[in-house]
Parts: sequence; structure tokens; C-alpha cells
Amino acid sequence: MDIPYIVEERADTGLNNVKLGIWLFLASEVMLFGALFSSYVLLRLMAVEWPFGVDVLNVPLGTFNTAVLIGSSVTMVMAYASLKMDDFGRFRMWLAATIGLSLLFMVVKGFEYNHEFDIGNFPWTSTYLAIYFTMTGLHALHIIGGVVVNTYLLFPGSKMWTTNKAQFTNRVEAAGLYWHFVDLVWIFLFPVLYLL
Amino acid sequence: MADVTTTEQAAPAADAHGHEEHAHGDHGHHDLGFWQTYVFSVDHKVIGIQYAVTGLLFLLFGFVLMMLMRWQIAYPGEPIPLIGEWLGDERAPGGIMLPEFYNQLGAMHGTIMVFLGVVPLAVGGFGNFVLPLQIGAPDMAFPKLNMASYWSFFVGGVVMFASFFVPGGAANSGWTSYAPLSVFATTGQTMWLVGMIFLITSSLLGSVNFIVTTIQLRAPGLSFMRLPFFVWAQLVTAFLLLLAFPPLEAAGVMQLMDRVAGTSFFLPSGLVYADAPWEATGGGSVLLWQHLFWFLAHPEVYVLILPALGIVGEIIANNTRKPVWGYRVLVYSVVFLGFMSFVVWAHHMFLTGMGTTMSSFFQTTTMIISIPSVVILSALFITLYGGSIRFTVPMLFALAFLPMFGIGGLTGLPLGLSAPDIHLHDTYYVIGHFHYVVAPGTLMALFGGIYYWFPKATGRKMNDFLGRVHFWGSFISINVVFMPMLIQGLAGMNRRMYDGGEQYLMNADVLWLNEVISIAAWVLGLFQLPFIYNFFRSIKHGEKVDGNPWQATTIEWQAPSPPPHGNFSAPPVAHRGPYEYSVPGAARDFLMQGEPDTAAEPAKV
Repeated sequence: MDIPYIVEERADTGLNNVKLGIWLFLASEVMLFGALFSSYVLLRLMAVEWPFGVDVLNVPLGTFNTAVLIGSSVTMVMAYASLKMDDFGRFRMWLAATIGLSLLFMVVKGFEYNHEFDIGNFPWTSTYLAIYFTMTGLHALHIIGGVVVNTYLLFPGSKMWTTNKAQFTNRVEAAGLYWHFVDLVWIFLFPVLYLL
Repeated sequence: MADVTTTEQAAPAADAHGHEEHAHGDHGHHDLGFWQTYVFSVDHKVIGIQYAVTGLLFLLFGFVLMMLMRWQIAYPGEPIPLIGEWLGDERAPGGIMLPEFYNQLGAMHGTIMVFLGVVPLAVGGFGNFVLPLQIGAPDMAFPKLNMASYWSFFVGGVVMFASFFVPGGAANSGWTSYAPLSVFATTGQTMWLVGMIFLITSSLLGSVNFIVTTIQLRAPGLSFMRLPFFVWAQLVTAFLLLLAFPPLEAAGVMQLMDRVAGTSFFLPSGLVYADAPWEATGGGSVLLWQHLFWFLAHPEVYVLILPALGIVGEIIANNTRKPVWGYRVLVYSVVFLGFMSFVVWAHHMFLTGMGTTMSSFFQTTTMIISIPSVVILSALFITLYGGSIRFTVPMLFALAFLPMFGIGGLTGLPLGLSAPDIHLHDTYYVIGHFHYVVAPGTLMALFGGIYYWFPKATGRKMNDFLGRVHFWGSFISINVVFMPMLIQGLAGMNRRMYDGGEQYLMNADVLWLNEVISIAAWVLGLFQLPFIYNFFRSIKHGEKVDGNPWQATTIEWQAPSPPPHGNFSAPPVAHRGPYEYSVPGAARDFLMQGEPDTAAEPAKV
């Protein structure tokens, strides 16, 4: 017996296994970042002094990076839509663009980190910087995870397109859901750490 | 009515499916080598057995740590006989245990028993092996993820074990790793955090897999209200693991940052360590760690107990030859219990000075959560009434579980109220209470489960006489271990005394119990030997049995024993609820879930 509902949807739940699985995984991720955001609130409330993000961090660069990540979410959707329209060439283009934008985000983040270190802002300098580096660092790890998955889907994993189109499309959809989540986390991180 | 329609619609489709795929499954079966069949297996049954055996080994290891501690408590300052010499000068010079080593044993006993022993056995072992079989699935929904989950757990276990051999030894700040003590602790604490991150990853992968499997891979006709109670318990457990563990992961990352990157998430300002001001910015919160830790660790208690309740439900229905009493009430209670377990965590923190408002809130939720627990226990007790009980070995363990878990639960009530907790907090009473839940409670149920499903896993029964020796020996000695602890705790004896509490005059009256407890603990250790021998001997030499030796109803007993790769020779279809025992008018005293309707069965209304 093979495992059912890998590709087709189960009639009474209306889901395939992968989609349910990725949503459950994202629920768990919400709890992970939720705990960090709650810690941020608690630490800030009890702090004697807490700097404003605008005074410490480079807001224009952060804004630019926000735009880059939102852009990568759009290209990710386009990649998925291309597969749905059976256009594999466009899929590769859009997915490559997504990976490119993710790497651009990481490079900008690298410059930001580097600048902080140059002016002597380290995780041990203040609790604000501690939570800044922890949360953005964990978020960056999630970006790297997304890049790894997307690169797999772009190169070796895309062989599945020739053998099982529906399953490959599902995989891209799941990767896309994860990617939008990572994007969404940043949309919360940016105002909380840079603007407030 | 709705159930019936789904059955009829789904059944033909599944049948048509099954025939062509059967040939498929056989193909894949042959070309797997030794490593892929037994070590890096993706088969849920092999992974389940791997989890169970690893979990049992860690249980034994954690038990040995505790037996060492009990020597120091009963005979403080005396050299440990036999193995004392081997422990090395940095742990026990001349065989006399150092306080640092005692602390390591305490912290690691808790960590290993909870995260590496009971959970892997109850969830990873029983969940993996039994759950897919019980819902008539060919495997878990994501077999490779399942393998990754086991190996992530394995690496976490190795890291934890290895931490005993780094300079300064293993983690020594208690299994709760309270800051700031844990931030100042030796390298072992870093290993503990890294190990925990592996274990959390493992449980995340596992819980996603369990939930998807339960929701998606149920056999045709197996609606949610026809699921065996064990499956419900595992489903709720999986949700707890999925949602409660990530905050501990966040906390672990933050504590790791405190230890390696010099941050002060959990370090308040103005700390002095080794007579010098601690170099850190401060401004952190020790309570933050406790909140994040207990946000996991309270649901974790239910992760430990729910699978045990599920196992006991199965065994009791089977051995009373009666349907479980109040199936729906059981299901609703277990779901409510799971939900409530997320809002009671701070009852572990009444003494931290978090404020009386918080205490009032959490003592109220704690009293509320005791209601579904009592409902479940009562339903299981009522099931016994009017049954024709078979006193098999699994049933003995299940019967012992009921009062033991009852004592564990009732002794928890004074702790859940913030006023009596002031007296009882951090005493042996607390140790007695939660061990009654987890050791004579959960462990009894897990042993019962091993005896119960062993024939399914191997095709052979475990020896009955040795099982009875194991049961009675364990049952009596385990009570002699934990009952006196309640007495010691009520007298006010602190739970973390390296000398067993000798230095305090107020303990003088109850100090003699230390020796009683220790001897009982070693006797308990001896009574595990028949089990170990029985377990390994029965794999090859146990009495051979057929697919359904207990005359049980649920779907797993429909598969051959041991089930082949892919589990069932024909795709199972559920025709009725899980516990159709002693149905009036039926030919036998049990109707299996997968049996098609016959004339012998009374017509459904």
C-alpha cells in the first residue's frame, strides 16, 4: 500500500498531506517567533532605558530590505502561478529571481551588521541590541533555509516536473507558504526593531 | 447517518486502489539492505521500535543516575560501594560523591527521564508503532520526516550523554535550568541547550507527522468519533508538542546567547559572581526564563500523561470486555485538557513574587484543569463496573495506573492553590506528587502497553509469570519509594539537599525515611531485571500467537503479527466504533472495527 493523499486531496478534509503539514509547521513557527516578540515586549517594559530604533539602526536600508523581501514574495507567487499555467521556463526565471532577492536581502543585512560592529554595537552592548541580533539572526537563518529549499527546487528537485507535475507544483506551493511566512515575520520585525 | 454514507462512498474507491498498489509494495520490499531495513528505516514500525528501545535504555540510564543519588541521600559522605571507584576523581574522589556531581545527577535525571525516556517511549514509540496501525494506514504521512525525527532525537540524546564527559561535567542547574544559575554554569549547560534544540526539532517533526497522519490517513469509515481513545490522546499530545515546544526553543536560543554572546536576557543588573561584579549589561529578567520554560514544561506534563491514559483506555476496554464508558466524554475531556494545559503554567511559579493577581488567575485555571482529569479517571473506573475482568499482565498494570494516577492528581491540588504551595514548594512533597503521576502512573501504563502490543510487534507473547513478578515487585516497591516522600515533604524537607537534609534539625523526625526510600529504589531496580530478561528472551523464544491474541476490536489487530511493510494485506475499512465488546446477540464477545456487517450483528438503528 502506498501512502494516499500525497497529491490528490482527501474528500472529507479537502487537503493533501503536504499542505496540512506545512500549515502545522508554520503554526509552530508562529509560537517560536511569538515567544521572542513577547520577550521583547517584556524586556522593553521593564527596561530603565530603551533606545528608539530610528536612533540606532539605518532605517532607509531597513526599508529597502523590506521592499526586497516583499518583492521576493511576489516573485515566489509568480513562480507558483507559472507552474499552474504549465510554463516551466517562466517558473525557473521567477524562482531564480526569488533566490536572487533573498540573497540581496542577506547582503544588505550583512552590511548593516558590519556597520553595527564597526561602531561598537554588539549583542552584549545593550539588551535592545541583544534582542535585535537574536531576532534578526534567527530570521536570517530562516532566510537561509528558504534559499536552500528554493535552490533545491530550482535545480535537482525540478526533475520531478517531468515525472510528477502535480506533486512538484505542491512542493513549490509549500515552499511558497513558508517563504511568505518568513516575509511576514520581517514585516513585524521591521517596525518593532527599526521604527518604534 | 453521516458516518454511514462516507463509509459507503469511500470503500469501493479504496478497494480499487488497493489491488494495483499491493503489487507495488512487494517490489519495494525486496531490495532494501540491512541498513535500510533496520537502521535508517522509514517504516513507522521499525522507527517506533527504535524509539521505544532507545527510550527504554535512557529510562534505565536515568534510573541508574537516581540510584546513585539515593546512596548519597541515604548515607551522606560514605563511599559508594562497587562502582564508586570508577566514577573518577572529578566526580567522586575515593568513591565519595562531590556536591557538583550530585547536582549533575539531579539535573540530568530529570532531563533524561522526561525528554529522553518517557516522551520518546510514549509518543515516539507507542505513537509511531500503534497509531498508524490503529487508523488502518500503510505508514506515517511523511516517512522520511519520521526517520529524520528519530535521528534528530538520537543526536540530541548523544549530546546530552556526552555532556557528562566535558570539563565540569553535565548540566547541573536542575532540569528547569533556571537563570541566572544556569548562565554561570559549566560547559555542560551549553551542551544541554544544544541537545534540547535537537530534541525540540525532533518533536516538531514528529508532531507534524502525527497530526497529518491522524487527520489524513484514517481508513475509510473511520470517522473522528470512531477513533480509538489512544489515537485521540496521541493527537492532542501532538498538538501540545507542536505548540508548546517552540517557546522553549526561543528561550534556549536566548540562554545560549547569554552564555556565549554575553547578552543579558535573563540576567538582572548588579549580579555578583565569585566575589566579583558580573560583566554584563544586566536589565534582563529571570522570571522571563521561568515563564518561557514552564510554558513548555506544563503542557509537557500532559505530553507525559495523555499517551498513558490512551494506553490504559485500550487495555481496560479489552480486558473488561466492555466498551469504554462515556467515549464522547473522554474525547471532549482530553481535548479540553489539552487546551487548558496552555494556561496553567505559572502555578509552578507561585513563590517567585510574580504577584497575587497572577497567582489567583493561575490557581483558578489549575483548579479548572483538574475537572477533565477527574472525568477521564472516573470514566475509566466506571468502565470496570460490571465488566468480566481478565487479569492479564497488561491489565494489572492498567489497574495499578488508575489509583496511582489518582494519588498523583489529588496530591497536586494543594500545590495548585497558592496558599498551601508556600509551605510545600520545593519540598519532597512536590517530588512525591509528580513522580506519582509520572512513575507509578505513566510508567505503569507504558509497561502495560509494552506487554499489550508486544505480540503485535513480534508475533510472540511475553512470559506471563515473569510479567507478574515484574508487576508486583515494581508496584509495591515504587510505592515505598514515593509515599514516604510525601510525608517528608509535609514535614518541610527541602528537595535539593546534597546530604539528604541532615543539616536541618527540623528534618530529624523524617530523616530515617531516606534509607527506606533508597532501599526501596534499589529493590525497584532489581525488579526490572525480570522485565529486561523477559523482553529480550520473548523476541525469539516467547509463546507464538496469532494476529489477535487478546481478542481485541481495534484495527491494528486485523494486521498480521508482525505486520509486513505496508501493514495490511487488504486496505482496512472501519464499520463501527472502536470498542464493540459483548454486543448482545453477536456470535463472539467482540466485533472488530474492520469486520463487515454480518447477520450475527444486530441491525443498526
